[in-house]
Formats: sequence, C-alpha cells, structure tokens
Amino acid sequence: MRIGVFICHCGTNISGVVDVVKLAESISHYPGVVISKENKYMCSDPGQNLIKSAVKEYNLDRIVVASCTPKLHENTFRACLEDLGLNPYMLEIANIREQCSWVHSDNPELATKKAEDLIKMAIARVRFAKELTCSKVTIERRALVIGGGVAGIQSALDIANAGYHVTLVERTPSIGGRMAQLDKTFPTLDCSACILTPKMVEANRHHLIKILTYSEVEEVSGFVGSFEVTIRMKSRSVEMKKCTGCGMCQSKCPVKVDSEFDEGLSKRRAIYMPFPQAVPNIPVIDRANCRYFLEKKCGVCKKVCPSDAIDYDQEDTILKEKFGSITIATGFDLFDHSAYGEYGYGKLKNVITSIQYERLVNSSGPTGGHIIRPSDGKEAKKVAFISCVGSRDNKMGKPYCSKVCCMYTAKHALLLKEHVPDAEAYIFYIDIRAAGKNYEEFVYRVQENYRVKYIRGRVSKIFEEGDNLIVRGFDTLSGESIEMEFDLVVLAVGVIPRKDSDSFARMLNISLDANHFVGELHPKLAPVEKNTPGIFLSGSCQYPRDIPESVAMAGAAAVKSLSLFAKEFLTSEPMISEVNTSICTGCLNCKNICPYRAINEEEIKDLDGKIRIVAKVNETICRGCGTCVASCPSQCINLKGVSNEQILAAIEAL
Amino acid sequence: MDNNNQQTWEPKIYAFLCNWCSYEGADLAGGGRRIYPANVRIIRVPCSGRIDPVFILKSFERGADGVLVSGCHPGDCHYTEGNYFARRKFVLVKKLLEYVGIEPERFQARWISASEAIKFVETVKEMTENIRKLGPNTKLVKNIKEEITCQ
Repeated sequence: MRIGVFICHCGTNISGVVDVVKLAESISHYPGVVISKENKYMCSDPGQNLIKSAVKEYNLDRIVVASCTPKLHENTFRACLEDLGLNPYMLEIANIREQCSWVHSDNPELATKKAEDLIKMAIARVRFAKELTCSKVTIERRALVIGGGVAGIQSALDIANAGYHVTLVERTPSIGGRMAQLDKTFPTLDCSACILTPKMVEANRHHLIKILTYSEVEEVSGFVGSFEVTIRMKSRSVEMKKCTGCGMCQSKCPVKVDSEFDEGLSKRRAIYMPFPQAVPNIPVIDRANCRYFLEKKCGVCKKVCPSDAIDYDQEDTILKEKFGSITIATGFDLFDHSAYGEYGYGKLKNVITSIQYERLVNSSGPTGGHIIRPSDGKEAKKVAFISCVGSRDNKMGKPYCSKVCCMYTAKHALLLKEHVPDAEAYIFYIDIRAAGKNYEEFVYRVQENYRVKYIRGRVSKIFEEGDNLIVRGFDTLSGESIEMEFDLVVLAVGVIPRKDSDSFARMLNISLDANHFVGELHPKLAPVEKNTPGIFLSGSCQYPRDIPESVAMAGAAAVKSLSLFAKEFLTSEPMISEVNTSICTGCLNCKNICPYRAINEEEIKDLDGKIRIVAKVNETICRGCGTCVASCPSQCINLKGVSNEQILAAIEAL
Repeated sequence: MDNNNQQTWEPKIYAFLCNWCSYEGADLAGGGRRIYPANVRIIRVPCSGRIDPVFILKSFERGADGVLVSGCHPGDCHYTEGNYFARRKFVLVKKLLEYVGIEPERFQARWISASEAIKFVETVKEMTENIRKLGPNTKLVKNIKEEITCQ
C-alpha cells in the first residue's frame, strides 16, 4: 500500500492558520505514507501535475488530498487519478479548510493538531478504499405521462415531437383536465377551450402518442430507464373501434345523474361523454348508475346504437409496459368549503364555488352563459366574491397560498360585468397577489375600468334572509363592519393536492411535501425532478400552478425525459450497497427498510448444494444511502466507498 | 489525542454528519468563518441512516468524550426516509448508553440542514462546554496499551 498525501495551502486560506509545512513533514512519517507534499493550490494545474508526477515517481496507489471541502474538488481529483490510470475512488479528501482553518482561526495550534487528525482519519479511510466501477444500463426510450390535463398533454407533445413514444394515462373518460372546465383564462381572456382543444386533438392524432383514457396506473416497479408499469384500462362498456361518437346513446339514456364536468350544475346520463369536445370522442357507461348494471333492465343504449358498439360484458384490460421515464401530471383537487361554518357549511344554495361559477359563465355550460342563481334561476345582479377559502388558513390546515385565486376572482368579477353590465361585483380579499406577466395590470383594469369593488377583510358570516344572502364582514381599511345583501356568493376555493395523493405516492414510492403535494428534488435547482431518478413533475401536482407555469413545467419535465433518452446508456452509481452472500442469513431486514425498494431476495446454491435465500441489491435502483448496512445484524451488507471498515478505521485512527 | 494528562485534556468529539444536510451545514459554517471549538472531528457518511450504532460505541471505546450524529430534518432526507430509521436507532442507543453509565450529554442527535450553519456551531459549542464540565469519558473505554501489556 503506497499512499501519497497532498496538502493544499489554498493561498493563505489554509496555510494562514494551519502550519502546513510542519504538517507535511509530520504526516510523511505516518505508517503507509510514502510521500507527503504541500502546494499553494492543489486544485490548479501545477498542483495536479505535482500529484501526477509524485504518483509516477513513487508508484502511489492511493491518494489523500487535504484541502477544501470534498463538495468542491472531489471530482477534480478523481479526474486527476483517472488521467493517471488509477481508479478514481482510491482517493480521500481531508476537509481542512471549511472544517478547520476557516473555523479555528482563533487557535492555530489546535487547528494544526485538528488538521493532522483529519488527515490521519483520511489516511485510515483510504487504506480500505477499493476500486469501484460503474455498470452500464440500457434505456427504454418510451415515456409515461400520468394525467391528461394541460400539463400532461403538453409534456406528451413535447416528448413525442422529439421523436419518442409516449403513453398518456388519464383517469377520466377524456383528456383535458381542469383547463377544459374553465371559461376564459386570465389575464388575456382567451377562451380556455379554444386554446386547449387544438392541443387535445393534436395529442390524439400524434402517431407517437398513445392516449389511455378511463385508465389508471396500478403498479410501478423498476427504476430509471426501465420502469415496469401496470395500467388498468377500465371497461368503457363501449367498443372504441366501433363507436363513431354520434351521441345517440346518451340522448336516449333514461338515467340522469349530476355532471362532474359541470360540477353538479347540470345532469348527465349514465352513458356519457363528459363534454362535447371530449377526446377521445367516445362515451363510457358509468356502471355505478346504469340501470342495466344495477337492475339488469333497460339496455336502451344497445338498442339505439347504430354501430353496435355497446358491449355490456366488456372487462377491464390490464396493460403491462416498460417505460424509461415517468412524468407525474396528476393535477389538483379543490377545497371542500363545507368545512367553513361561517359560509354555511356548504348548505346555502346560492353560495357556489369558483369552479361552478366557471361553468355558469361558460356559453356552452349548463346555463348557456347566463349567470343565474341555483335557487330560483333569477339572474344575479349583485355578487360577492370571497377569496382565500381554504388557502392561507392555518385553521383549515392549509397554510399555503393557492396562487391562482386572486387572479381568477378578478376575472370572475370582470366576466360578471361583461355578462350582466348593470351587475355589481364585490371582492372580499386578504391581499391581492398578482405576480405574473400582465397580472397586476389586469387587476388594475378590473378595478378601474369595470368598477369592481375590492373590500379588504375576511367575511365572518353568510346567511340567508328571504331570497337573498347577507354577507357580514369587516373592512380592515376603513375599520367599519359591513353587512350587505347579495344575490349570489362565489367562494374562491383553494387548490389542494389530489385526495388520493397519499396512496398514489406509496404506489410510486415517492415522497410528498408537508401539504401533501408531490415534493420536488430541490425547490430551486430541481423543481421538476423527483428524488427518484427518472420521475419528473409537471403542473399542479407539485404546488398550485397557473396555466403558463404548468405549460412551462411540462416542457421542462419533457426535456428531462429527453436528456435521459438521448444517452446511449445509463451508468449506475458506484458507491452502492453490496451483499456478501456467503454470510447473508436471508433475514431480509435490509429489504424491508430500503427506501428505494432496491433489495430483493435471491435464491442461491450453497457449496453443499442446498438452496437458500439471500438479499440481492439491484445496482441501478440503489442510491447508496447505506441504511441497509446499518441495519444488517450479520454485517454482510456493505456500502462500497463508505464501508464499515473505512468508517471504523477513521474512528480508530486517533 | 492524549487523554491521560488532565491539565492539557481537551474533549474529543466525533461528529457523524450526513453528506447532504449536516456536512454542508458544517461547510457553510466554514464559509461564514464562524469560529467554534476545535474539538470536533467530522466523519462524513452518506445518510444518518448509514450510522451503525457500532460506530457510536466504537467511538466511545476509542476514547471519544462525546459523539454527535446529525442528519437532514425529518421529511427532508435526501434518501427520502433514511433519517427516520436513524431516529429510531438513536433513541435505543441513547438508552443503552445511559444504561452503561454514560452521561446523556455525551451523545447528541440533531437535525441540521445545509443552511443551518449557526445551529451546527451552537451545537458544537454547547456540547464541548457540557463535556468539558463532565470531564473525560471513562466508560466503555478500552485501553489498548494496558491490554497489550497484560497479554
């Protein structure tokens, strides 16, 4: 074992406190150390050349560099070793700048002593260093996108346009998501459907995109480059190949249930398309409400279907496919305002949610764009809009800002004025948050040109009096209590994570943040990546996002998939766990605690021919946390590069 | 370090820090030139979940006067949940150490993020002061020299 120690002055950053010359001298006598040198800047070319010539001259096989934090130059020195034909992992860094000279400048003597200790520990560690190599893994160049809203559609389009196959899985009968429900979009007042439907159609027609609607991802295993995914395609009870989308069935179906798409403001049939522009333009039978399935009666749709597409016996199809990457674009749910007693526990008929209002003002919505009250069908002339319902409210466990409500509330008030010019609009708000391109100007326009009245303060009570609603509140700017009569109250309900986000996260084995949104790898530097490689985020599954942000995220997530597909192969992490099968007892403690499910059981044949079970680490999934190593009762699993021997040697070095 | 001489005795503290949060927090303390006692010897591990209780016992056996373990805050683990496993283990280790007579101040588990340089510095200061008051650790310590002469 021939170890070389190289101590850096870092200008005067280290040598100003630590006596590096003395240190180099004393370390050179340490057992196993062949040569110990110091230099002004080890990371510079002359410094690296010093290492290179020393390695050749003294035939060194292991290197210790005492310098700044390994976070800065570990890779520099690894590359230096690689240049020399040595294994890059025969290196140990002693951090004598950040964790010594910079923090102990008050006591150079103790700092020098500590630096010596740190170098000794590094020497002890490098003695047990082993040559590590990466293995190559092939990539399945196909992407899975979960969620067919605007974020999912855009992500699928971006990946497919680059020439790769995409499967887009959507839970509901049609892609389109929340954006399809919206009337106009702020701040440009583009018609939402008009800008979304072309994208839906484009995705549907794209020869590289496979759209699976009315389908759910049931199981995910595998790892980046080759995820094995099980998708359940729920039976539509309609043969997709035969159906022409004529709509005869849904006009004749006798069953009427609340429409999910119109948020309960209209009725749909048991066989239905969620909305006229649905993609694919093929209905599904809602078996929970269909009379044929409930009572074995009816069968009208089968009778009237001109192309004989109805198939009551159709079964769910299970699809198993391999994907290289997964993009999560599952979107959001909306806060249920019945939790608010002051707003009537969701029982007041003329108190509606913002998404219901979107359907009301939509010209293809249940009222044809007339803003009428649910209770008596009268046109609303005086409307209160209340913001922050289920956002920025610790009481409700929703401390975060839903981000889009201020803007859509301003838009709602504007639309009211456009639809009913003599109507009055009042907005009760806490703060107006209009950070976005042309957002502030939009709010200003709503206030100035449309004369919408903004009242700063929370509403304390809404109650019915006669036909109308009384809203009681407090104007915090004028300091006066308010009691006003309204025809209609619209609650700006907050954006919340999907209600099944917990089980979804468990299925994908990913983490959620404190609010149960899907947590990103890094809030600043990796906002569309998950800590599981190969899984990317798009849209509101991560945090409330407006449309431009969702689309931008979709593109970013697509690029991440593409940069993965552009590689010839993936290299596995070299510093990962390995099992010594000769002493593994097969207790599989490690398998149970591995955060990545990287450990599986394996049957091996002993020397005496007996079959026994041992643990096996999947090299591509393991990230090298070492939790398994610390939990192995027989110490048969070890972490390459940070082995038990290395750490114990460091402890014993002093 | 020489632990036998009472007059020059300085507490020796081993700190096992996770690579992603606490080690970076200590680095940040360096970047901010925050002075702290030179008694702590940092050992970098990928995750607090990597810390085997054996490391802690071994540290005391080899004459450490205190051991600090620190990882990412719960929920922030780079490896999703390694620190949860660490937390469960540390609770047991702490009880075991108390059982064999090691003062609880000598073993500290903390969650220090990459931005919490001040928390790292304060922790080290506090631990060093507490251990200085306690004096050298005598429990679990294996005197290798003595062992060799006995043999």
